[in-house]
Amino acid sequence: MHLYLHIPFCRQACHYCDFHFSTDLKPKTALVEALCREIGLRKDYLPTNRLETIYFGGGTPSLLTEAELAQIFETIHRHFTVAVDAEITLEANPDDLVRSASGPDPMGRFRKYANRLSIGIQSFHEPHLRLMNRAHTAAEAESCVQRAREAGFDNLTIDLIYGVPAGGHDIWKTDLDKAIALDVPHISSYCLTIEPGTVFGNWLSKGRLNAPDDAFGAEEFNLLVEALTAAGYEQYEISNFARPGMEARHNSSYWKRRPYLGIGPSAHSFNGLSRQYNIANNARYIRSLQKGEIPATVEELSRADQVNDYLLTSLRTKWGCDLTELTLLAGTDFQALRRKELNRLYGQGWLALDDRTLRLTEAGKLFADRVAADLFVMTDD
Amino acid sequence: MKHIRNFCIIAHIDHGKSTLADRLLEFTKTVADRDMQAQLLDDMDLERERGITIKSHAIQMNYTYKGETFTLNLIDTPGHVDFSYEVSRSIAACEGALLLVDASQGIEAQTISNLYLAMSNDLVIIPVLNKIDLPGAMPEEVKDEMVDLLGCKRDEIIHASGKEGIGVEDILNAIVDRIPAPKGNPDGELQALIFDSQFNSYRGIEVIFRVVNGRIRKGDKIKFMATGKEYFAEEIGTLRLDKQPKEVVDCGDVGYLISGIKVAKEVKVGDTITQTVQPSRQPIQGFEEVKPMVFAGIYPVETNEFEELREAMEKLQLNDAALVWEPETSAALGFGFRCGFLGMLHMEIVQERLEREFNMTVITTVPSVRFEVLTTKGAVIQVSAPSEMPDPSSIETIEEPFIKAQIITKSEYIGSIMSLCMDKRGILKNQVYLTADRVELQFDMPLAEVVFDFFDKLKTISRGYASLDYEFTGNRESTMVKLDIMLNGERVDALSAIVHRDKAYEWGKKLCEKLRELLPRQQFEIAIQAAIGQKIIARETVKALRKDVLAKCYGGDISRKRKLLEKQKKGKKRMRQVGNVEIPQEAFMAVLKIS
Repeated sequence: MHLYLHIPFCRQACHYCDFHFSTDLKPKTALVEALCREIGLRKDYLPTNRLETIYFGGGTPSLLTEAELAQIFETIHRHFTVAVDAEITLEANPDDLVRSASGPDPMGRFRKYANRLSIGIQSFHEPHLRLMNRAHTAAEAESCVQRAREAGFDNLTIDLIYGVPAGGHDIWKTDLDKAIALDVPHISSYCLTIEPGTVFGNWLSKGRLNAPDDAFGAEEFNLLVEALTAAGYEQYEISNFARPGMEARHNSSYWKRRPYLGIGPSAHSFNGLSRQYNIANNARYIRSLQKGEIPATVEELSRADQVNDYLLTSLRTKWGCDLTELTLLAGTDFQALRRKELNRLYGQGWLALDDRTLRLTEAGKLFADRVAADLFVMTDD
Repeated sequence: MKHIRNFCIIAHIDHGKSTLADRLLEFTKTVADRDMQAQLLDDMDLERERGITIKSHAIQMNYTYKGETFTLNLIDTPGHVDFSYEVSRSIAACEGALLLVDASQGIEAQTISNLYLAMSNDLVIIPVLNKIDLPGAMPEEVKDEMVDLLGCKRDEIIHASGKEGIGVEDILNAIVDRIPAPKGNPDGELQALIFDSQFNSYRGIEVIFRVVNGRIRKGDKIKFMATGKEYFAEEIGTLRLDKQPKEVVDCGDVGYLISGIKVAKEVKVGDTITQTVQPSRQPIQGFEEVKPMVFAGIYPVETNEFEELREAMEKLQLNDAALVWEPETSAALGFGFRCGFLGMLHMEIVQERLEREFNMTVITTVPSVRFEVLTTKGAVIQVSAPSEMPDPSSIETIEEPFIKAQIITKSEYIGSIMSLCMDKRGILKNQVYLTADRVELQFDMPLAEVVFDFFDKLKTISRGYASLDYEFTGNRESTMVKLDIMLNGERVDALSAIVHRDKAYEWGKKLCEKLRELLPRQQFEIAIQAAIGQKIIARETVKALRKDVLAKCYGGDISRKRKLLEKQKKGKKRMRQVGNVEIPQEAFMAVLKIS
């Protein structure tokens, strides 16, 4: 089973980010307290209490102190059995790995609790880092992986952003070269999307930022796939690349319909039949947990919802979407139900069927959402 | 007969007519407090919400004055230019009118034209200055206007506030004192003027009438003179809050008639009721067939809902005699109806009623007026849809309807109103200062130009001050052309429009630009072209979509993303396809928003 913990604090706000976080760090102690209470209250949410993966996301989990990490893990161990080979990932920012001016070297505490680091490098290009308001420099982006290795982390992943509407493809090609040179086992790479409520969203509406062009983004996506495939990575999900056997086990659970428990403000959980998500507000989250209440909204999944969720997530992966599973979820022969659309998508060269498994073709990957939606089961079908 | 008073209220929208009517009903105890509901006479939800009266109603009150009891028939009138014929018939049924003017707003265009109508029907006018309790009231200035307009004495103007109940008794006394009793021959042949009808789903159409001569008895065999149809007066009576059946409705009085009529079309406002035995030789003057002025296609959003739409239209027509329609097919929109409306408000009301009362969402196509086309062969064709326009080579001339538009505004907005009207091909005919800062402007304008968001624009540029009234003045020759829109070379019939040649280029350009915003990108490029005949006058391009995939899909993204895609897919299902291009329904409405 899989456990996600959301650490909703950042030192500064990145201009593209629409995840839930706050730059007010004062309630951190109270929040950690609330996280631990939530873990205790929801220990029976998952079908078993054996954890195969734990993931600290954010926000910025690398802001957690030794004592806070200790408190959280003490709570996890009290309520769950953590598998010996569990994958325990912690998201970290390059600046937290490189700078040790404030207090003891952070690597020690990360190494003590986590065995996998996910480093938010995003770019090696200084102007892009500044545009996105990242806290680290280009030099830190390049040196942080070395620091992590020195501290004993081999299982590393880095995040990269492409499609930044400032400059040409050369910047992205150079970024890719630098990333490949770091020789990490796993890379996640996302096309920049401008979300409402972010600084970029605001700039876009005021005309201070050019809208990212989808042709530009598509070209950079193709550059990404080409470069990483040539360097020996496999694209096992639209935005995720790994050396053989180094796929992210935690994130893969989301695409394989495995139950997961999400703890913390804005965290989502899934138990096979329903999804639920906590309130995205630190103060209200803390207040609820102080009263022993979980501030969550539950969404029961209909048959159609389950089919659509499965299509949406599985088609993005190399494992693909299993027709037998689809038919079970839909309660009717899926191929017969969607024959017309399936044939059109095969003909268009976006989708392929192999051994009762639907997979996107290379061309289809750029239209993954369209393909999934075309196959969706609608309540009024 | 000497104890009957028939009157109506002339007022602009928002000047408080319905509220004052409520106070009159309360004061005369026609309605008990417990039945009181704001704006009692507006019984369509739509009317109450918009605060306007769409359909007129009548109600009877008793009022005792100086020891004598009088019967007062209040004939309520609609307050919009689309319904001016109904207003004229209501006025013809009265001997007097309350002229209600908002003390903070002054007299508006609609009020003036209705007032003139009342005066030319020799109605006695009782001027009432309403809303005198409002902080923004300017009683002296507005009284100046009223005195100028009516030639009345200042002290004849009654101060009132419908909201506060001020002046209600003065008004009732004035109705009895100043308005004459009806004249007419009670022993003559029956002549009753139909001025309204309403639909009752159990009993059919209720006809509302005013007896001008003679009397009508329950059980009489009667005849409507314009339609020639004969009926049996199953039930007659007077209208209180509820219907009160009677054996006879006498000369001069107002009443209702139920005779099993199923279709509103058979009951024409302005028609005369007489008896089959000893019928009247002459109908009451002033009957006109109501003519639709604005035409548009109405299509179901879901193509398979055509039959449901037909049923809804049929039901709507039961109590909206002014609505006319016939089936129509469009290559882009499928099966639908070509509808004729009295005006733009009427069109909006039909659309909204379809939505509210029948749960039907519809696509309405570019509204058009009715053109008269003289062909080279000498035939005259009526054209009220672009698809009916003959090939340019066979057209000799085209005539379009013109109106006299009367606009009343604050003088500071004259400049912007002039440029709006001139942009709409209007010609200023007259300009009169009503007071130092209120002006009446008269324009000669093509009706076709008023059909496209003229009223909204007028309101916007005058910050809501300007008011508009218009009347049809006749057809005139114009150089009109049919403008077509093509998507990837395929003509989209539902986007065609008939426009003036001088405006065709600008129109085509703006429409192409608007469509570029509204058409979703597809995997191929879409060429949007505007054309007159074979000649392309504007072009825009929707670029091909190069990717459709969101970067992240983790635990917290799945629900939101699924819902987003499901919503998009639902929207897509509602789109229409022309050639290989998908067109969202907003695109068909875009034409209304481009000027």
